Amino acid sequence: MEPIIETRRLSHIYSAGTPFEHGALVDVDFTAYRGEYLGIIGHTGSGKSTLIQHLNGLLKPTSGQVLFEGKDIWESKERTRQTRFQVGLVFQYPEYQLFEETVYKDISFGPRNMGLDEGEIDRRVRQAAQFVGLKEETLEKSPFELSGGQKRRVAIAGVIAMEPSVLILDEPTAGLDPVGVESILGNIHDYHQAKNATIIIVSHSMEEMARTVDRIVVVNDAKIPFSGTPREVFAHGDELEKMGLGVPAMTRVFHRLKGMGVDIDPSVYTIQQARDAILAKLGKAVV
Amino acid sequence: MALKDITLGQYFPGTTIIHRLDPRVKIIGTIAYIVALFLAKWLVTYAIMLVVLAALIAISKIGVKSILRGMKPILIIVIITGLLNLFYTPGQGEPLVSFWVFTIYPEGVWAACAMVLRIAMLITCTFLLTYTTSPIQLTDALERLMNPLKVIKVPVHELSMMMSIALRFIPTLIEETDKIMSAQKARGADFDSGNLIQKAKALVPLLVPLFISAFRRADELAVAMECRCYHGGEGRTRMRQLKLKGTDIAALILAVVLCVVIGVLGRYGF
Ligand SMILES: Nc1ncnc2c1ncn2[C@@H]1O[C@H](COP(=O)(O)OP(=O)(O)OP(=O)(O)O)[C@@H](O)[C@H]1O
Ligand SMILES: [Mg+2]
Repeated sequence: MEPIIETRRLSHIYSAGTPFEHGALVDVDFTAYRGEYLGIIGHTGSGKSTLIQHLNGLLKPTSGQVLFEGKDIWESKERTRQTRFQVGLVFQYPEYQLFEETVYKDISFGPRNMGLDEGEIDRRVRQAAQFVGLKEETLEKSPFELSGGQKRRVAIAGVIAMEPSVLILDEPTAGLDPVGVESILGNIHDYHQAKNATIIIVSHSMEEMARTVDRIVVVNDAKIPFSGTPREVFAHGDELEKMGLGVPAMTRVFHRLKGMGVDIDPSVYTIQQARDAILAKLGKAVV
Repeated sequence: MALKDITLGQYFPGTTIIHRLDPRVKIIGTIAYIVALFLAKWLVTYAIMLVVLAALIAISKIGVKSILRGMKPILIIVIITGLLNLFYTPGQGEPLVSFWVFTIYPEGVWAACAMVLRIAMLITCTFLLTYTTSPIQLTDALERLMNPLKVIKVPVHELSMMMSIALRFIPTLIEETDKIMSAQKARGADFDSGNLIQKAKALVPLLVPLFISAFRRADELAVAMECRCYHGGEGRTRMRQLKLKGTDIAALILAVVLCVVIGVLGRYGF
């Protein structure tokens, strides 16, 4: 697999030189591969948001490098700006960044900054709105008369409309109801499929991660202790517990079983996998 | 420079004797120091003021670096004041140098140095106050000090409540500004380049969300205060009672002594 974004010994110190100095990232090597669906998980304050803001050049590394397609994004001003269009970032609670009179204008803010022509902007706005499930008539409304969940969709559409090849989302489902969570995750999945885009999604929820992503990167205390497929990561059950992260309920059950002396693979995380593992254990054929 | 780096009026928590002084004493002490600064005349008095300030900084354990950083935004004013003094102080005798329309006399050099030093010390001592006193303590103390004004119907409690709320929300608003700015930059907003009109226009995507969030916060705060039965200053007791301790009284006496000593010395031209 070909890396699309990499960080090399990336460190970031907030308020350097004051009594509030705080190392939010220390010598972090992070890689995202082209076309993958990557999850970043970590305890509150572990440095997830800080990490992703480096990936599109919003934060400048205190030391270390950020590479996009193999080249340093801080090489020149132009390159940093171009990277921002290539690597789309949706912030935590993005609904608070809306400012235009109409939803349409707000979504078109990004594409317009890219200097596209009106026809292309129009196409992108309508397509982005479709991706996040906004109706045609909503486009002419004021973003401030929408519900919280709809505002969030508008904000996500505002980034999708730039058609980034990497889409990063910081806790896009925080504070939504279960139906809203499912539908936003579905929208992101659609974008991933349709544009062959790389998706990086930050979340607190192991269960949500386990269901959606190809690979998980764990951030803890300004470092990345391990990463891998959900199965590989959940095999570190005890360490995850210690970081206050916990594992999916199913994994926990299997870790317990293992602890009780049952010879069973503890890295399962879905009901389906659990069923197969138990059946295999009981010596029955998998139906 | 990130907005966060602005240290003007920031509080550095600590436990030194200066941190623990009664905030009223600190305010009065600061005023006393400023008065003394204007009574200072010449080398001896300036030296005393400088030593006092250095001692206070050392005791408070505030890094010289933090003070210098706080000084940055006003550096230009200090420099201009210095230059004006340098060029416009008339002197007797030979000018030091003279070129084009400028002439510099030895007196000018002295005046400039004295003025720059005076401003720097004045700013540093107010920094010392805000660095070692939390905004809550400051407004508490101000309310108590202004209490006598209630007699002439100044709404002291309301004023100080407004002030503490404003102080409380400055860091929040700065953080919010930072966040919205980043979010719009991620959508390609450019806050740095272009002419004045373009720059002003670029602020719209920042200011609209900022105002909306400020109004939302104000609303939420008002509701929260009403839910806790806030009804103004009438009959309100305080959680922290301010009481003068031995060290506070000693500090007050020292402040007065400083004023008197500098006043007397200054009068005799030291
Ligand atoms: N602008 C800032 N100035 C100073 N410190 C900061 C700033 N932003 C974050 N930090 C600190 O850096 C650390 C990492 O913060 P970060 O926002 O990256 O955490 P996070 O993993 O995204 O947490 P959460 O899950 O709560 O969003 C925290 O300890 C935080 O206090
Ligand atoms: Mg975060």
